[in-house]
Amino acid sequence: MSTEGSYYVPEQSKLPLAAALGMGVMAFGAGSWVIEGGTSTVFLIGAVIMAMVMYKWWSIVIEENTQGIVSDQLKHSYVLGMYWFIFSELMFFVCFFGSLFYVRVLVGPWIGGEAAIGLFDDTATDAAIANATHLWNGYDATWPPLVTPDQAVNGDVAKFIGPQESMSFPGWSQILGWLPLWNTIVLISSSGTVHIAHHALKEGNRKKFNRWLGFTVLLGIIFLFLQAEEYIHAYQELGLTLESGIYGTTFFLLTGFHGAHVTLGTIMLLIAFLRGLKGHFNEADHFGFEAAAWYWHFVDVIWIGLFIIVYVLG
Amino acid sequence: MSKRARALFLGLFSPMILCLVAGGAIAEEATWNSLNMPEGVTEVSQAAYDIHMIMIWICTVIGVAVFGFMFYVMFAHRKSKGVTPANFHENLTVEILWTIVPALILIVMAVPATTALLKVYDTENPDIDIKVTGYQWKWQYEYIGEGVKFMSELRTPQDEIYGRAPKGEHYLREVTEPLVIPTNKKVRFLITGNDVIHSWWVPDFAVKRDAIPGLFTAAWAKTDQAGIYVGECTELCGKGHAFMPIVVEVKEEAEYDQWLAAKKEEAVIYQSTIGKEWTDAELMAKGESVYAISCAGCHQAKGEGIPGVFPGLVDSSIVTGPVEDHIGILINGVAGSAMQSFADQLSEVDIAAVIHYKRNSWGNEMGDTVQPIDILNYKQTQ
Amino acid sequence: MAHGPSESFFSRWLFSTNHKDIGTLYLWFSFAMFLLGGAFAMVIRAELFQPGMQLIEPEFFNQMTTMHGLVMVFGAIMPAFVGLANWMIPMMIGAPDMALPRMNNLSFWILPFAFAILVATLFMEGGGPNFGWTFYAPLSTTYAPDTVNYFIFGVHIMGASSIMGSINIIATVINMRAPGMTYMKMPLFVWTWVITAFLLVAVMPVLAGAVTMMLMDINFGTSFFDAAGGGDPVLFQHVFWFFGHPEVYIIILPAFGVVSQIIPTFSRKPLFGYSSMVYATASIAFLSFIVWAHHMFTVGMPIAGELYFMYATMLIAVPTGVKVFNWVTTMYKGALTFETPMLFSIAFVILFTFGGFTGMMLSIAAADTQYHDTYFVVAHFHYVMVAGAVFSGTAAVYYWLPKWCGRMYDETMGKVQFWIAFIAFNITFMPQHFLGLAGMPRRYADYGLQFADWNMVSSVGAFMYGGAQLLFLFNVIRTIGWGKPIDDPKVWEGAEGLEWTLPTPAPFHTFSTPPVLK
Ligand code: HEA
Ligand code: HEA
Ligand code: HEC
Ligand code: CUA
Ligand SMILES: [Cu+2]
Repeated sequence: MSTEGSYYVPEQSKLPLAAALGMGVMAFGAGSWVIEGGTSTVFLIGAVIMAMVMYKWWSIVIEENTQGIVSDQLKHSYVLGMYWFIFSELMFFVCFFGSLFYVRVLVGPWIGGEAAIGLFDDTATDAAIANATHLWNGYDATWPPLVTPDQAVNGDVAKFIGPQESMSFPGWSQILGWLPLWNTIVLISSSGTVHIAHHALKEGNRKKFNRWLGFTVLLGIIFLFLQAEEYIHAYQELGLTLESGIYGTTFFLLTGFHGAHVTLGTIMLLIAFLRGLKGHFNEADHFGFEAAAWYWHFVDVIWIGLFIIVYVLG
Repeated sequence: MSKRARALFLGLFSPMILCLVAGGAIAEEATWNSLNMPEGVTEVSQAAYDIHMIMIWICTVIGVAVFGFMFYVMFAHRKSKGVTPANFHENLTVEILWTIVPALILIVMAVPATTALLKVYDTENPDIDIKVTGYQWKWQYEYIGEGVKFMSELRTPQDEIYGRAPKGEHYLREVTEPLVIPTNKKVRFLITGNDVIHSWWVPDFAVKRDAIPGLFTAAWAKTDQAGIYVGECTELCGKGHAFMPIVVEVKEEAEYDQWLAAKKEEAVIYQSTIGKEWTDAELMAKGESVYAISCAGCHQAKGEGIPGVFPGLVDSSIVTGPVEDHIGILINGVAGSAMQSFADQLSEVDIAAVIHYKRNSWGNEMGDTVQPIDILNYKQTQ
Repeated sequence: MAHGPSESFFSRWLFSTNHKDIGTLYLWFSFAMFLLGGAFAMVIRAELFQPGMQLIEPEFFNQMTTMHGLVMVFGAIMPAFVGLANWMIPMMIGAPDMALPRMNNLSFWILPFAFAILVATLFMEGGGPNFGWTFYAPLSTTYAPDTVNYFIFGVHIMGASSIMGSINIIATVINMRAPGMTYMKMPLFVWTWVITAFLLVAVMPVLAGAVTMMLMDINFGTSFFDAAGGGDPVLFQHVFWFFGHPEVYIIILPAFGVVSQIIPTFSRKPLFGYSSMVYATASIAFLSFIVWAHHMFTVGMPIAGELYFMYATMLIAVPTGVKVFNWVTTMYKGALTFETPMLFSIAFVILFTFGGFTGMMLSIAAADTQYHDTYFVVAHFHYVMVAGAVFSGTAAVYYWLPKWCGRMYDETMGKVQFWIAFIAFNITFMPQHFLGLAGMPRRYADYGLQFADWNMVSSVGAFMYGGAQLLFLFNVIRTIGWGKPIDDPKVWEGAEGLEWTLPTPAPFHTFSTPPVLK
């Protein structure tokens, strides 16, 4: 705890209320948008308010920083804020990873009439056997499920039709054409590049910083591009969609939310890049960039989890 | 206390005292048993009751000790008695003690709790298997392997519920057809749901298992006491949640066999009526009763529906459209909505009758006739 | 640096960056929500006064039950404690304000919008949420009215508000303590709040995940909660309760903190076992993550899971017991006086413990087969939440109000309110144990004749309890406007801590330069 001078308590501000208004309008607008026949107008109004507020808010924070009224203690508050925000993001992913684990390891076998991880014995329970004989006759629990329980029972008229192929590891022979691998390489190297940029900044080498940060942003964009490519492939060639049962569900939700976070991270890095070009940040004080970099590392870690669990072991 | 405060105090307290007295009177009248958990008639319910009582006693003892000490403190160590406060704020021994002792008590509780739970889960090797399916808002019972299957719905009339008629003795505890099981046989219930989650609870059996759409849960009961046992749906399942009771009739084995045989015969007789030509009047009468039981819950008594939730059936494009579509919607339901498939719930006769009824009531005058055989044909072409 | 409160009423309350003003906003908002949620409860109790449907339709009854639970938990109790945290934490640790004052105001202002959206659904076609505050799928997905989408996004922004609020509290406590205010010197209220904030940051995102899955299932054809696609409705329950169980400790831990401040004051004796209190709080928080499925004993989990969750749940009695024993021992050999805050705190200890006992009974899986989803559960959680959280919140207001506004409340009226509340509370909820054991399921709009008597008693109690709340409102307003002015910084003879070294009423800005503790 360094407490030189007094902690900066900002003046009154209209921004928080405006931000809350923006969020409220967005939430309401989103609610009416997804309802059948709804439109996106209200949502977009909210989004515009929100964007304006965010722009203004961060401008003020940056300005405060350049004016030098921000004490080390306040900076530490920002750091803590960012840590805990990332932690909350992590828990959001934990929720989806946990769900994947649950449906994959437990629900599948229950529906298929097998013993789900038997802790004490490995015979299927009565209920599981009944599931397989009375409800989902013919469903074979494998992962990734190319046939859904619904499809096993109802054939072609099923509501959920499984994909023809999965995204899993295709075998060593085709490894070079396996997109997720390239994505992994791209993302991991971007973690490296951002790290180099960080060091360059700490050394005071701004040119190098700008270059490597720009490079990172580029890698982020390449990743997103590849992911879009992958989705198109999934929808058009593999028949893997949101509607193809639990596999499509978990696949798209996990990779999709990750993609959304990459987008956010890329934007954050892009802003840091632009600020860098403008000459913001110095060796000692570059929290705006650091926060974006942490976030980027976090997104990277999530991807490694995804790559292993969703793709390699998929 | 100021005068005004006193008046306020009395004014507010007198109804409370009255209430306490009234409560006391009710408690007096009620026997201990009606306040406590029923012991029930199965091994499992007995086990649940026993562990419940153990818990009550343990908690009572701890409660008396803790609260007793607290009251003593409140009485003895009050400032008005002129005590000077002590200043201690730590004592490792007692702190360790009151961590360990509750932990030991927990171990003592865990033992009977575990054996009781093992009983609940002992669903293997049943004599009879019954599939229980929860629907919005009724139950279906299927005797697996016997070809016997029927729906069981609330029989209490709407008038009693809405206070237009005096409430009968069995208010909300009566159904169209109870589940029947024999004494001294291990009956296994395989419970599932058709739409949302329900929960099948018969307190006297200590059977409560959620009826989850798409998955089975299992429970069992075996009793030597014939009688009628009433239960409830215990998972919020929409607006009829309170109106889907369970009635189980336990019959002596011989009686049960007779009942089952009669039930099977009924199914055979029924088959022959499908082919028969029904008259308009017969269909209308049958249809009206089916409608009241199966459809009015959502589409309302006169087909007016509830805007935004359940469509009205007067002037509906389906009801006044081609018969085919109309049959289709009953057989298949509407995916992703509360409108379920009635193919398994209602017989061909019922479906035909209710369609006929709708098309010719409340100002709908289609004039066409729908026969049970049409339904059968529709099902077969699918 | 801002100086006094702004001149203009609107700019003072709308654009504030002052922890005290924001705390006040939170408190008033939560009280308004408490009255609203209470009004919903009154509708429920009025309908249940007699068997039969008298006043409302079952469909609306479900909306009332749901909204009552949601509004009370998310609108009344949680913001109330955030309000107290805002007011007290900076004062207790010697900080000038919260760490991130602007975000603080944002956290608050999201709430009115979120609840406006939620309440607005009641007036839309299809009606408000009608699937219980636990919104189990598929009743809340496939079978829900369209308005569920508003509910989902409302929960999203409400969660964002909670996360921001918690991050703020964590940052404040870690970063803003006055020199010498080491962790193990922090008042217990601060401790319980950091731990609560940690719980919130950990589980609010999971709730967001749960509603997001619902959104996808409803609108985008996914099958998280549909066995036909390989999902499972029970998945929803796991996700929800992974949030939901910690949530109930989020509700109670700050209440523990409040009581741990009040009891020593009126016992004129330091809190017994301070460090074990801290560890107990942390253990409760840890355990809260690993017991969630005790709400799901009837879904047909494999027995191994059932046994595990049963044992884990039972363990919570140990750290909670430590707390109860510490409170009682704090009183032991003190010099007790029984002002209103103390009365509420003592009632808290007794009634919460009682509710804890019924919690222990519920944790026994085999017996829970009988209790689950009956009024026994309703009774359990109102003992811990009303006699727990609400009583301690009331105690906190009586305890700190004089400090906040420099005026003393009317002690007689406070005591009268206490006794009415205490007795009426028990009249309302004690009979619900009997109802539950006798077999009355919860969320029932109508019931058989055998339950009529106790329901009537319970309803009468509920109306009286509601009356006590109006008295509370009156007393608070009277104090703020017309209470007897006081200026003793300590207010209470036995009060200890930094916050009591400040002048009374607490000035707009405090500790602009940090105090130094020895
Ligand atoms: C403030 C909120 C709060 C708190 C603190 C608690 C505390 C506890 N709760 Fe409760 N609970 C709820 C809120 C809360 N609960 C809610 C809202 C629901 C219903 C949700 C819904 O379905 O809508 C619920 C439901 C609920 C259930 C599910 C019931 C069902 O639906 O079937 C269970 C089951 O295990 C349970 C258990 C417990 C236990 C073991 C504790 C323990 O923490 C209690 C520990 C305390 C003590 C035990 C007393 C003090 C200890 C001693 C004096 C030491 C010695 C004692 C012994 C050795 C016994 N609770
Ligand atoms: C902390 C949370 C909290 C609080 C404080 C309360 C407070 C109260 N609750 Fe609570 N309750 C829940 C949380 C809470 N509840 C939850 C989570 C559920 C489960 C929901 C679900 O199943 O999904 C529930 C469910 C629930 C039920 C079961 C409903 C059902 O299953 O269908 C009942 C029934 O009696 C009930 C009653 C009450 C009463 C009488 C109060 C009283 O304490 C309220 C007192 C307050 C007031 C009355 C307001 C003040 C006065 C006025 C506004 C003026 C008007 C007054 C009069 C006309 C007298 N509640
Ligand atoms: C649990 C509630 C429920 C029950 C019971 C129910 N319905 Fe429906 N019904 C619905 C809902 C909801 C829809 C609207 C479906 C949609 O289009 O989304 C509907 C639609 C219909 C329609 C189509 C109306 C139109 O204009 O689109 C017909 C016809 C119909 N139901 C007939 C029946 C009959 C006959 C019964 C009884 C045997 C019945 N329903 C029982 C809920 C129910
Ligand atoms: Cu069916 Cu509740
Ligand atoms: Cu819990």
